[in-house]
This record gives sequence, structure tokens and C-alpha cells, in this order.
Amino acid sequence: MSILTPQAVPATPLVAPVRRSFLSGLGKFTLSATAIALLAGQERLALVGSAEAKTPNNDVAILNAALGAEQEAIAAYQVGANSGLLQKPVLALAVQFQGHHKEHAAALAATVKKLGGTPVEAKKTYTFPVEKLKTQADVLGFAAELEKGAVSAYLGAVPILDDRDLAKVAASILGDEAMHWAVLRNALGQNPVPTAFLS
Amino acid sequence: MKHLAALVAAVAATFTAGAGICRAADGDPVHGAQIYQRCLACHSLEHNRSGPRHCGLFGRSAASLPDFDYSRAMKASGFTWDEATLDRFLENPLKTVPGTKMAYAGVKKPQERADLIAYLKKATLDPEVCK
Ligand code: HEC
Repeated sequence: MSILTPQAVPATPLVAPVRRSFLSGLGKFTLSATAIALLAGQERLALVGSAEAKTPNNDVAILNAALGAEQEAIAAYQVGANSGLLQKPVLALAVQFQGHHKEHAAALAATVKKLGGTPVEAKKTYTFPVEKLKTQADVLGFAAELEKGAVSAYLGAVPILDDRDLAKVAASILGDEAMHWAVLRNALGQNPVPTAFLS
Repeated sequence: MKHLAALVAAVAATFTAGAGICRAADGDPVHGAQIYQRCLACHSLEHNRSGPRHCGLFGRSAASLPDFDYSRAMKASGFTWDEATLDRFLENPLKTVPGTKMAYAGVKKPQERADLIAYLKKATLDPEVCK
């Protein structure tokens, strides 16, 4: 039931290998306060056991889909950080945002486990449009697009999560990623908050 | 009573006109490209991500890319992707294909779906992107 089974990626310059050191670091996170709070609320469900749909919509599958997107975002920020295109204050920001995604991923993976599921694993390689990333603005624009996509994905998850506590956690992650999106747009000289509603 | 019958007929006509291909044909692909941004957390046209690539979608059987790990539910859906099946699936993926891995609430507004499908119809055949 792995959404992120490593897949053969065509041998084009699009392939951005994820550095090993970075991958091996993934296991080391201690859970944030949010994650612990979130897990504490899940004892009831965790006792239920199996990963298979205990709820009509299978919250485990929804969390795993979000986890897959978080893992990709972590890898994308790594590509940005390694690109040499980001200058000092922006680089620090990117690293900070990547840190948030790592916290989200750790919390999601821990919750999937607690619910009796198997967290999807990060892919060994992700395919990013690296040939289009030539300037700092390109990298920021790419990151902004991913953050916007993530906001939409959480927006699509909140209404279908059966467990209200999990929906709340998804909404809190959504808020964080919407802030990333706004800050990135601002750094690009774009209207940071272009609409009253997100979709 | 006559009024009621007329109303029922009018409503029925609206629904018929709104179904499937008719509505999709009215879709605005430019607006659809904006709607497609909602899919970009998991999909791209040309690459598999956490969701399968969309190039060549129209006319393809559901779950038919050999290099993507689909859910059993999607494999068993029996869909072939066209305006009508996409319209049904995208409105409520988990209801249309229970057990799908596409954990997404769906695109609820019919016009937005029509626009999105109009965009997909063009973009998934774009020779620049879909080589
Ligand atoms: C949270 C991640 C996610 C989001 C957001 C998402 N999808 Fe998907 N999509 C998937 C996954 C995963 C699958 C594979 C489903 C399965 O195997 O059950 C999929 C499958 C599909 C398929 C079937 C493809 C095939 O090869 O049979 C279509 C069509 C599709 N998605 C369209 C869309 C569109 C259009 C949007 C935006 C409105 C969207 N998806 C948003 C994850 C996502």
C-alpha cells in the first residue's frame, strides 16, 4: 500500500538525486509538541489496530498521501539549498521551511504508525524541473508552487478526514504552508496574499 | 400543478444539459489550468509523483501505467478516462472509486470540473510536455 514505491525515473537531466546524508537524517527527528499532542489524541484509534479502513474514508490513506507530499517538499528544498542559487537570508528561510516540512512528515508518519498503518517511505529520487532553475527567483517560484499545491492538498484532506482531531492537525499544517507560500511570494515581489480564499 | 410540471421539466432539462460531455465541451481551458494547480501537490503532466502522470490520459484505461503502483480499487474500477468518467471521478474520488489512494475531497463545482477537464484534454496531448 505504498504510494511512494520508488519508480524508474527516465534518464533525463530532470533527475535530482536526493543526497544520502539528508535521507539518513530523516529518522532522527524527535517529535514536536504538535506531534505529541496529536498522537495523544489518537490512543482511541490506535487501539483499533489494523491499517485498513476503520473509517469510511480511511484516514490512514489520507495521512499517507499528505506524508508523500511532505517528503517531496523536503527533497525539493534540499535541491534549492544545494543549488548555490540562494543568497544568505533567503537560504536560511528555505532551510527553516524545510525544517517545518520535516516536522510535518515526522508527525504524520508517527500518526500513521499509531493508527496501525505503515508510513510511506520517501522516494530515493524525485523528478524536479532542475533545468529550469537558473536564478534565485526560479527556485523561490518553484518552492512557492509546491507550497501552493500542498495547501490545496490539505484543503482536499480536511473535509474527508473522519477523525476531527486529525482534520484539525491537517488544518494547522495547511496554515503553516500557506504562510510559507505568502512569504515566498513576497520575496518574489508578488502580492503575498492574492486572494481571500484558497482553493 | 401545471407550474410544478413545467418546473420539473425545466429542472430535468438543466440536468440533462449539464451532464457529461455537453458541459465539458463548454469548459474554459485557461481557467482549467488554474484549477489544475490544486492537483500539483501530487501530479504532474509528464512525471509520476505521489500520483500518476497525466500525459496521454484521455482514452487510457484507469490504472494502466505500468510504472505506477495503483490501488486495487483503481485497477478494478473499469474506467476508461474521458470527459464523463473524469467528471464523475473528480467530483468525489473516494465515493466514485472507494479505496482509491487519491485522498482528495474533489472538485465540487461542475463548471470548475468542466474547465479542468477542458484543460486536461489539451495539456495531456501537448507535444512539448508529453513526449
Ligand atoms: C493528495 C494527492 C493527490 C491530489 C491532490 C490529486 N491526486 Fe489524482 N491521484 C493521486 C493518486 C495517489 C492516484 C492513484 C490512485 C489509485 O491508485 O487509487 C491518483 C489518480 C488520478 C487519476 C487516475 C489516473 C490513472 O492513471 O488512472 C486521475 C485522472 C487523477 N488522479 C486526476 C487528478 C486531478 C485532476 C487532480 C486535481 C483536481 C488530482 N488528481 C489531485 C493523488 C492525488
